Amino acid sequence: MDRFVDIKNLIKLFYDGGFLHRKRVATRAVDGVSFTITRDTIFGLVGESGCGKTSLARSVLYLDPPTAGEVWLDGTLLGRLSGKGMRSFRKRMQIVFQDPNSALDPKMRIQDNLAEGLINRRFSADERTGRIENLLDLVGIPPGHRSRFPHEFSGGQKQRIVIARALTMEPDFLILDEPVSNLDVSIQAQIINLLMDLKKKRSLTYLFISHDLNLVAYLSDHIAVMYQGKLMEMASTDEIMNHPCHPYTLKLFSSIPGRRITEPADDTGIDVSTDDKDRRQSTCCPYEGQCGCAIEKCKNGIPELMEIRDRHHVACFNT
Amino acid sequence: MVPEYGLLNIQDLDVSFRQEHRTTAHALRSVDLILSSGETHALVGESGSGKTVTATCIMGLLPTPPATVNRGQVFFKGKNLLNLSENEKRRLRGKEIGMIFQEPGKYLNPAYKIGEQIIETMMLHLRMNRSSAIKRALELLSLVGFNKNKRILNSYPHELSGGMKQRAMIAMAICCQPSLLIADEPTTALDVTLQLQILNLIHRLKDQFSIGVLFISHDLGVVKEIADKISVIYAGKIIESTTTNQLFENPRHPYTRLLMLSIPDAAKRGSRLRSIPGAVPDAEHIPSGCSFHPRCPLAEPDCRKSIPPTKTYGDNHTAACFLIGKKWIDLST
Repeated sequence: MDRFVDIKNLIKLFYDGGFLHRKRVATRAVDGVSFTITRDTIFGLVGESGCGKTSLARSVLYLDPPTAGEVWLDGTLLGRLSGKGMRSFRKRMQIVFQDPNSALDPKMRIQDNLAEGLINRRFSADERTGRIENLLDLVGIPPGHRSRFPHEFSGGQKQRIVIARALTMEPDFLILDEPVSNLDVSIQAQIINLLMDLKKKRSLTYLFISHDLNLVAYLSDHIAVMYQGKLMEMASTDEIMNHPCHPYTLKLFSSIPGRRITEPADDTGIDVSTDDKDRRQSTCCPYEGQCGCAIEKCKNGIPELMEIRDRHHVACFNT
Repeated sequence: MVPEYGLLNIQDLDVSFRQEHRTTAHALRSVDLILSSGETHALVGESGSGKTVTATCIMGLLPTPPATVNRGQVFFKGKNLLNLSENEKRRLRGKEIGMIFQEPGKYLNPAYKIGEQIIETMMLHLRMNRSSAIKRALELLSLVGFNKNKRILNSYPHELSGGMKQRAMIAMAICCQPSLLIADEPTTALDVTLQLQILNLIHRLKDQFSIGVLFISHDLGVVKEIADKISVIYAGKIIESTTTNQLFENPRHPYTRLLMLSIPDAAKRGSRLRSIPGAVPDAEHIPSGCSFHPRCPLAEPDCRKSIPPTKTYGDNHTAACFLIGKKWIDLST
């Protein structure tokens, strides 16, 4: 198996400013996450807001260096790179953010927005123009529009431009952080098709982050379910859709709108406030409080991600 | 003419926004909509299609100017809401018509405790005294799934999570037992597991108090779960309207059909999604004729020239397209 991206026991903590510079851990945003992405595949990461998806993405790219753990990209350990080495390595991994409106500098023309990286890598002006025109054409923006400003484009077009910018450096690994959730429904399919085409044309590897299970199930080869900074379950898409094991995965899948035929279950009295839970240090399964089938063991220990079938990992004492 | 049927009956509502130095934005174009008690009617459309303008118009919250109501009536229990004085409107809002907004964080006052905000409404509209209002507020909070204690009443909005705030807002919206509840994208800002809870809650309250719910959303999946009837709005015009089952079994307008095909799910894995070319038109530049014609793969020269009339097909299934019944092409490829 080609371990293109290999993440080992990644931990990202955020601190409170304590008295006399003593640090206090405020949030364990990413808490011991390990997974592997095979070359040329799409790895889907799902989870609810605040579960640490974006923190994980930023840590993997070393935009926010992780507190502990290793990130390997194509045989290179990112943590071991020098500042300069990291700078030149960054061209291989790029990110597309959720909101195209805030991802583009409103005061820069499209061509300047796209040229930033190329200038850094000392391309000549002619080469830059050529590359930018090719890229805009690739993502379906008329190259003649390159001297326009971001506000002259619609949301879907802006997202195309953001994708083009991520590709200027010719990366082979792309993190897509909710790339379509800010777009109109009728535009989403355009962008998804574009991403699929680009993947084929440029043999890209994607880490696709989303809260939309339908979308992730449609796109991904592998899916990992994240909850409160930890992976709860991870398997190939077919496996996890057909045999979900973790109670949280089951709950998530049963909440997909449009799939369930209503006779709404009685839900009175359940107070699911996950965010006010203490996320500093826990000694029990993070899902224990919400889980319908929690046993005594769940309160006293943290279940580890275990392989129960071929490449199907679950973190639950009950499986 | 006062219509006899429907709790809410919108007829030929036409709203535009006049802007200085800019083209007039035609936000609603002859919108018709009927909602009965105990029924959930969903208004589905993309951003800028006029969903929220419809809601604010019903609530009488449209700022005039810049907004102008060119034509039309909004009958609520036989009264035309557009002719009411500000005082009369104020008596209806919050009492007879409750509203839930998309971002609960924005519409709760951050400086007041949740309890104060619920109690205030009841003391004003129902002339309750403070202690009975508190008692009722506790009942309402337990109705929306909170424990029956005063903790939530004494919390400030920032102390609650998104889902808790949304449930508090629902409690506030139903505190005077309104007969109409307008829910403007009530679950868009929430996670899927919470979304399910809120949908169930709205469904349950609707049945319990036989409230008419106008449910505004962009998400066909969500709407399928909760609505009895669906109206699809595009560029300020309702292009198709029927019962939920019929719409999903037999969508007639090309836009509705394409929209359904373009939604990804696991079953479509490996195949390309059917995408709709182009972008949603904005209210300042609505295409001539059928507003969907520039993006419609079936469009004929006629579609460009005149606006297709809304026609009834079968049982209460209305759609506005020249091509229905004329040609039927498989759009999935």
